[in-house]
Amino acid sequence: MNLPLQWQLATIAAVRSETPEVKTFSLHLPDWMRHRAGQHYDLRLRAADGYEAQRSYSIASAPETEGQVQLTIEKINDGEVSSFLHEVAVVGDRIEVRGPIGGYFVWEAALGGPLLLIGGGSGVVPLMAMLRHRAAAGSRVPTRLLLSARSYDDLIYREELDALAADGSGFEVFYTLTRSQPSDWHGYSRRIDAAMLATVAGPLGRTPLCYICGPTLLVEAAANGLAEIGVPANRIRTERFGPSGS
Amino acid sequence: METEADDVNRAMMLDGNAVAGRFAALFGAEMTTSLTECASCGQDHMMGALLAFTHAPGVVLRCPSCEAVMIKLVETPRGVYLDARGAAFVRIAR
Ligand SMILES: Cc1cc2nc3c(=O)[nH]c(=O)nc-3n(C[C@H](O)[C@H](O)[C@H](O)COP(=O)(O)OP(=O)(O)OC[C@H]3O[C@@H](n4cnc5c(N)ncnc54)[C@H](O)[C@@H]3O)c2cc1C
Ligand SMILES: [Zn+2]
Repeated sequence: MNLPLQWQLATIAAVRSETPEVKTFSLHLPDWMRHRAGQHYDLRLRAADGYEAQRSYSIASAPETEGQVQLTIEKINDGEVSSFLHEVAVVGDRIEVRGPIGGYFVWEAALGGPLLLIGGGSGVVPLMAMLRHRAAAGSRVPTRLLLSARSYDDLIYREELDALAADGSGFEVFYTLTRSQPSDWHGYSRRIDAAMLATVAGPLGRTPLCYICGPTLLVEAAANGLAEIGVPANRIRTERFGPSGS
Repeated sequence: METEADDVNRAMMLDGNAVAGRFAALFGAEMTTSLTECASCGQDHMMGALLAFTHAPGVVLRCPSCEAVMIKLVETPRGVYLDARGAAFVRIAR
């Protein structure tokens, strides 16, 4: 990125519910720029009385989706910006954004793999961009996603992930539900730990390229777990979203 | 000794990715892949991997290896104060 980062006025083109607490906002950008999967936008709310709030939101859409970006945002109770977006913002509204931002937590098909993606809650968002990019680029890099959520209904993108896992491209998805599970649940039912990581990472060999994203404490636990099972630190990239909603 | 306040701070902790926009606006370059060396322990890390505390006024970036403060950034109406005495260097890519 060589241009100075400029704020621009995006228009909300569509809003879709992903889970009871999560919505995806499609934004049309006058100055759309191709992003790299894993990057984010900064979003700013301002009012005439001097009020200002700024937050970061990962890009959910693939770089191959031109002219717009999708942001998938979880509603945090009493959260200034996320509540505004969920409860006040509607299609046609304009909001200030700048981006795409970042370069450290980025995956492109050319980086190869094998790829191990670990997400908690809305931490799946940048990982989804990576998976959508992987599919759009026709990559067959062996890839596994371990996704943690409170309950089955809180699993963001579940249908799309299950469809991607069934397309024969070498992608597999694993879920862990930490708070409640359906009666016929076959996935994991506990917080991510080293034993779970060993099982999920095992078939990817000793040095998978790992991306961990989500609530800070989940990211710490997963990064420590990967270190414990012997994944080299230079193969692990992390992005912390802050305190968890629990 | 770990206090309750430490635990709360720990849960609020972010990383260099969270301040990528601020740094990009300031330096006119993507900074999260910039290499920086901790002046305390000598370890090199990319800026994106530093621990970030953004709830104080300003931003504090700490070394993920030894947790020493590496960089402080405070924005005021008069300008931006950058205290990088905890970093032996920051490489800004061409
Ligand atoms: C690089 C980056 C990318 C991000 N990408 C996404 C994304 O794609 N989707 C997404 O939904 N969020 C994402 N986040 C988190 C997002 O930036 C905000 O922190 C979040 O939306 C809460 O903002 P708020 O104004 O609604 O809440 P605030 O008003 O800031 O906080 C209200 C209360 O909730 C607590 N809180 C703050 N953040 C969180 C949180 N993340 N979860 C639970 N409780 C919280 C606070 O401690 C406070 O008590 C990302 C964060 C970073 C750093
Ligand atoms: Zn150090």
